[in-house]
Amino acid sequence: MLVDNRYSRQILFDPIGEKGQECIQNSHVLIIGVGALGSSSSEMLVRAGVGTITLMDRDYVEESNLQRQQLFTEADVENKTPKVIAAKNRLQKINSQTKIDAQLTDAGVEELEAIVPDVDVVIDATDNFDTRLIINDVCQKYHTPWIYGACVASYGVTFTVLPDETPCLQCIMDHIPSDGATCDTVGIISPTVQKVVAHQVTEVLKLLTGNTEALSGKLVAFDLWKNQQMELEVASLKDDSCPSCVKKIYPNLDYQSQLKTAVLCGRNTVQIRAGKHRNFHFDDFKMHLKQTNLINYLENPYLISFEINEFRVVVFHDGRTLIHGTKNIQEAKKIYYRFVG
Amino acid sequence: MGIIVNGESLELNQRIETVEDLLGHLQLKKKSLIVEHNQTILKMEQHDKAKVTEGDRFEIVHFVGGG
Ligand SMILES: [Zn+2]
Repeated sequence: MLVDNRYSRQILFDPIGEKGQECIQNSHVLIIGVGALGSSSSEMLVRAGVGTITLMDRDYVEESNLQRQQLFTEADVENKTPKVIAAKNRLQKINSQTKIDAQLTDAGVEELEAIVPDVDVVIDATDNFDTRLIINDVCQKYHTPWIYGACVASYGVTFTVLPDETPCLQCIMDHIPSDGATCDTVGIISPTVQKVVAHQVTEVLKLLTGNTEALSGKLVAFDLWKNQQMELEVASLKDDSCPSCVKKIYPNLDYQSQLKTAVLCGRNTVQIRAGKHRNFHFDDFKMHLKQTNLINYLENPYLISFEINEFRVVVFHDGRTLIHGTKNIQEAKKIYYRFVG
Repeated sequence: MGIIVNGESLELNQRIETVEDLLGHLQLKKKSLIVEHNQTILKMEQHDKAKVTEGDRFEIVHFVGGG
């Protein structure tokens, strides 16, 4: 007979058991991004008893987050509390035994190389592909499994990348989407978030407890509103000449591939240019923007301009973007990912 | 012609010959996506060669970035 303790129901679940629970409690998980996906997965993992969780996020809590980012409160909005701090406070109240390492930073190459070698698994909870491709290559370099997860509207998609086994994100994506379909343009309902996280966290529990034969191995996608569920066997997409997972050149860690930002002198403006290999679809971007109610929207054959809060955003045909009204690169990047994706 | 896309029946009235045509019809052409055609994953370069025929089953998954 099992003694009732906080983990007893999880230990009763046969594939985990006492041994699995011990593995979970000795593990270290990195969650990159503490928005909707990161809030939910961190709460599940803290409740499950993960030993150490590192949270990485560059942002602070805003009112529009509260509809789905379950760790945050109105007080966090009022205080503009950084997401990693607000999350840590809440998570420690849920489980004081888990060690929470809160890193208020943009997840770049350096930041990830400093932590990935120490962790057992990485959860992708970011909102952009620039960071995902860096995660992809850092995880290949240090041989760490990571779990892609993303969602917009009622649609979600997830895939577990295992170095030297499965294809990597670079293998299965023929180009990087940048069509402007983001949570800020087409919206999101919270059940979509929870379903992606349900898949991601289950995969993490399998990995941490050594149940690798139970891993999905498939690219999983769904549309909750359209009642669709898709599972694709993508092993055949492993590219024998993939620079990330086969040749180990890690192109996404290279400076040329990364998003470029520059503060334009004396103009209170930040310029953002995507890294090479990005195809920007101006027409799709325009179409998605039109679904949103933007202030002072203007378009001409060369560019689109609109206002959001105190900022004016100008997007040129090739995707080059100017954010007027700030000299702060982090603030400008945040707006860029919200609208350009 | 009737086909099945992501588990749903779809009646095609227009002339659609290839997977590329189908993606255009579904307004998915520029998306970053993966197409499974009768349980075989297609490579990108097969999209304009693979023929769509009566009763075909497609699973189409596209990548999104939000989170
Ligand atoms: Zn690869």
